[in-house]
Amino acid sequence: MSVNALPKISRDLLVTAAFGLLIVVMVVVAAVTTESFLTQANLTNLLKQMVTIGLLAYGMLVVILTGGIDLSVGSVVAFSGILTAGMVSSLPIPAAMAVGVVAGIGFGLVNGVLVARFGLAPFVVTLASLTTIRGLAFVYSEVPIAPEDPAFFTLGSAMAGPIPVSTLIMFAVFLVGGVFLTRTPAGRSIIAIGGNAETVRLAGINVRRHVVLAYTISGLCAGLAGVILASRVGIAQPSVGVAFELDAIAACVIGGASLAGGKGSVRATFGGVLVLVLINNLLNLYGVQSFWQQVLKGLIIIAVILAQRTNRVRA
Amino acid sequence: MSLELRDVRKSYGDVEVLHGVDLVGRDGEVLAVVGANGAGKSTLIRIFAGAHAMSSGEMRVDGEVVHLRSPHDAHERGIRTVYQELSIVPGLSVTENLLMGQFPKRRTGLIDWPAAHRRAKELLDAAGFGAIEPRTIAGRLTVARQQMVEIAKALAGEVRVLVLDEPSAVLAGSDLDALFDLIRRLKARGVLVVYVSHRLAEVMELADSIVVMKDGVIIETTEPARTSEDELIRLMAGRKLEQIYPDRRSETGEARLSVHGLSRSGEFSDVSFELRAGEIVGLFGLVGSGRSEMARCVFGAEPPTSGTGAFRSPADAISHGLAFVTEDRKRTGLVGGMTVTDNIALATMRATTKGPLIDMPGRRERVAGMIDRLSIQPARCATMPVAALSGGNQQKAVLAKWLLAEPRVLILDEPTRGVDMATRVDIYRMIDALAREGLAVLLISSDLTEVLGATDRVLVMREGRLAGELPSEGTTEDEVLAHAIGVAA
Repeated sequence: MSVNALPKISRDLLVTAAFGLLIVVMVVVAAVTTESFLTQANLTNLLKQMVTIGLLAYGMLVVILTGGIDLSVGSVVAFSGILTAGMVSSLPIPAAMAVGVVAGIGFGLVNGVLVARFGLAPFVVTLASLTTIRGLAFVYSEVPIAPEDPAFFTLGSAMAGPIPVSTLIMFAVFLVGGVFLTRTPAGRSIIAIGGNAETVRLAGINVRRHVVLAYTISGLCAGLAGVILASRVGIAQPSVGVAFELDAIAACVIGGASLAGGKGSVRATFGGVLVLVLINNLLNLYGVQSFWQQVLKGLIIIAVILAQRTNRVRA
Repeated sequence: MSLELRDVRKSYGDVEVLHGVDLVGRDGEVLAVVGANGAGKSTLIRIFAGAHAMSSGEMRVDGEVVHLRSPHDAHERGIRTVYQELSIVPGLSVTENLLMGQFPKRRTGLIDWPAAHRRAKELLDAAGFGAIEPRTIAGRLTVARQQMVEIAKALAGEVRVLVLDEPSAVLAGSDLDALFDLIRRLKARGVLVVYVSHRLAEVMELADSIVVMKDGVIIETTEPARTSEDELIRLMAGRKLEQIYPDRRSETGEARLSVHGLSRSGEFSDVSFELRAGEIVGLFGLVGSGRSEMARCVFGAEPPTSGTGAFRSPADAISHGLAFVTEDRKRTGLVGGMTVTDNIALATMRATTKGPLIDMPGRRERVAGMIDRLSIQPARCATMPVAALSGGNQQKAVLAKWLLAEPRVLILDEPTRGVDMATRVDIYRMIDALAREGLAVLLISSDLTEVLGATDRVLVMREGRLAGELPSEGTTEDEVLAHAIGVAA
């Protein structure tokens, strides 16, 4: 009987190994073929760029696990960023940033309630909030806001040794988030809901509350990402973050998450984030024109997913 | 037509599940395939259906070697398969389900609906299921009727071999008679019917020859005249089963569940009963009698319109010591993509944390204890996806989930449907042992033998109402059925 269990474990290992290898190959190729990849400036930049998509991807993963989707995260990034920047004039900076994050939580909560309580389709609800929240960002300020207080830039630019503080925050989110999904009743419930919500309900678990929680976590991550992004760039724009939700979804899917719910891993999603950021960085270093970058990114995503699929089918 | 398998082997990955099967089926024959869950019946069916390719060996049709590469290939050769899992599209009409992809068209290229409905009616009538109206939305039919549509669909083309996987699992009463009639007519027409079933009484009645599978090989080929149900069970289980149902001698205690005047409009009305500690109460009713709906309502899954005794929510019911093994383990009992451990621990997650985190070593230990206690196979399945277990073991996993919650009242809805005989016996023993420990058990079943054999008394529901209560001892199956149909004196 143990014969049954054995190949399965090694199969998972194989997929993980192949994935790790891909990332290593990308790094090696980048290091060998370009002079600038291994420079401190580029690596720091890479680590900072990971933060936004990383945070969004974790939140997105939690929602996708329930079988839902959150299209509003890009707009939340813009709104929480510009709200924070606008509040800096009247609030201490930590408080202003907290307001931005809380706004993200609030939007997530509303998304969650509309999906769970009123039974509306996640795609439609978050599509509507995508446009609503984007609109609100412009209503709040049509023009970019650039706070002058240098303390505003700290969160996005401070370094802890060789690693940016914002990157450490993102790592922490993945770490805590990983424990949340694998080790807490709420996390296991969220995954189980995506697998079979009725079974979970009959097991005495409040399905609605957990779905609301999932969207709230996504809102929290997007709010945090928005605040950090504004702080890093030093200027908050109402137009920032368009199509960020697609990168976040792509990271989850590259990591093997199923859009039907119930299947996905925090570690592999992190791998997905790395792949996407490396693709961006490499294409930049090669000086590929940005429209071609989009085309190539799309093709690479498909290639990665196809590779994973054949891996599974063969196994 | 004759169908022949020679030394057929099938492996998934490194694991061989069929180890050289030889089988001969002749035209006009009913060939029954019996075996415990995991014996390889489903794999065999998929090979007949062209859904899975054999790893080695050959299939001969009328002496000629054929290679089935897809279900389409099988259809071309007149081999049709009706699986246990229905493939009906619930949102479409019966006609659309029956004619899918083969609609009669007008000259304009549009579908000729009147002709389509006529054709559907012909198909249903030909199969003997004329009671089904072609224009009905398939999802509104009972599961039994959906199954009949499925069978009629399989008969739409030229059929020479019909493979039926547990066709009677959801059928009862006149629907079952209609199925048997159909099988006899097909047989008379020279069709080879491969009949896979756990219901041995049916097998003995219908089959011309019987093959018994165990652990991926055929261990016996026999005929009804040369064998008995007991012998088949012994062959399937590989051990002699002294007795299927344990002796019930119950000492009942205080009332654990009192339901009074419970109604839910459109489903059932004015149901009152009491479950006492230490007793096993059967609940029998034909499909559509409202028995499962009533149980769901008591458990808090749906609110009642009136009456007392139902809980506010499943969480409320569980906190009062109820456990509910539902009828359809795939849809409401298991999370298929998760591991056996995750599934077994699902209902007790909140109660077993250390701080904010699940106590992983404790959980592993509890689950291992359950796997051992219920002898879930394979024994080292804790980290396997639950969907990889055989049907009987999946059912045990559902049972394990609820037993971990240490219930005081256990509601079991069709706990042995699609479950092999050896596992059934395990389940009956388990229920009996639980009742002896003081649990109150409600056993909902459409299996008459079971509902009488495994219980102390039987409640019968008919058309949403309680139609009678009978002691299990001394009551015959006919009497129970008479109450359920409504011809009782």
